[in-house]
Amino acid sequence: MPQLDFGNPLLLAQVVWLGIIFLVLYLLLSRWALPQVGAVLAHRAETIAADLDVARRAKEEADAAVAELTRATREAHAGAQAEIAAAVAAAKAKTDAESADLNAKLDAQIAAAEERIAVARTSALGALEQVAVETAREVVGRLIGSSLDPALVPQAVAGVLAARAK
Amino acid sequence: MAAGEPSIDALGQFKLHTTLGPIGASVNFTQSNLLMVIASGLILALLYYGARPRAIVPGRLQAAAELSYDFIYNMVSEQIGHEGRKFFPFVFTLFFFILFGNLLGLLPFSFTYTSHIAVTAALAILVIVLVTVVALAIHGLHFFSYFWPSGAPIALAPIIVPVEIISYLSRPVSLSIRLFANMVAGHVMFEVFATFMVMMAGAGVIGYAGAIGPLALNVILMGFELLVAGLQAYVFAVLTCIYLHDAVHLH
Repeated sequence: MPQLDFGNPLLLAQVVWLGIIFLVLYLLLSRWALPQVGAVLAHRAETIAADLDVARRAKEEADAAVAELTRATREAHAGAQAEIAAAVAAAKAKTDAESADLNAKLDAQIAAAEERIAVARTSALGALEQVAVETAREVVGRLIGSSLDPALVPQAVAGVLAARAK
Repeated sequence: MAAGEPSIDALGQFKLHTTLGPIGASVNFTQSNLLMVIASGLILALLYYGARPRAIVPGRLQAAAELSYDFIYNMVSEQIGHEGRKFFPFVFTLFFFILFGNLLGLLPFSFTYTSHIAVTAALAILVIVLVTVVALAIHGLHFFSYFWPSGAPIALAPIIVPVEIISYLSRPVSLSIRLFANMVAGHVMFEVFATFMVMMAGAGVIGYAGAIGPLALNVILMGFELLVAGLQAYVFAVLTCIYLHDAVHLH
């Protein structure tokens, strides 16, 4: 087995060179190459942390803005509601006043009309009696051929009218 | 290597020879050391070219470099704890030096420096010396209480203390032999199957058909060896972390 051939000077030389190469590799890695990779990784971690920080701050700002918006919306809503209620109340009051006014006017007109109707009715009824008396006198005069007692006919007509009116 | 020879020479591939011509020969620079230099260069290139774009969203090479960094960094912080970060470059060097050695050794015409017990033993002794020095530096003479589990009856001391000392000293042995044996076994099997395939093919038409068997076995073995290459590097690094944890925290 060549690995156990300790008489070969190359075996020891190999180990000496191993020591030199390993030491140089260790020094180059620890002083030069690994810090570079470490710096890249640290830079990335820093960048990510900074970005996360910015994002967190933006989120906080957005949350505050949303809260402000919600509050403003609620206030505007309440204000609008109050204004609507006031407008409705005002319109209702105005309508009530107007309708009361109109009612009063109409009532007055109705009363006046009823009065006029009553007057007309009374005069019409008076005229009717007279027409009936004359007609009756004429008819009876023609039927019996002589004039009647002038007081008798109005009496009879009044009696019939009174009976009808019942 | 054994293609032209009639017998199977599975161990010839581990033979050291100098490389880089007369300059290499004058300083006994072997092909094993050349592979070490290539592996080191590849590790440094991976990290250098990986870290160079410095992108927030990494590309493929940068992701590979960062994954390597994070993988060892997490291993060290999980196994050793917060104090373990100063051992991170050492564990990183160890893991990738072994991993690239194992993987480069799977390429044709290359050499597996982790298949030499001298190399794995040197690395294991480096680990165990470091662990002992760290433990002595942190805990002073209190370190020797490590060989005495708290609460054990004093009468058992003649048995427990030697057992603990032997188990402590056997760490570098198991650490180095595990890696060395795994690598040697895989490469010997490659060589044996490959030689067998060539010998079969030399037997004519029937031999060509028969050579398919060892070829298929070698293809499967290559996948298995890729797993072993990663696994053994990981085991070496994790055990180093566990020993360092013991050194930092004692019990």
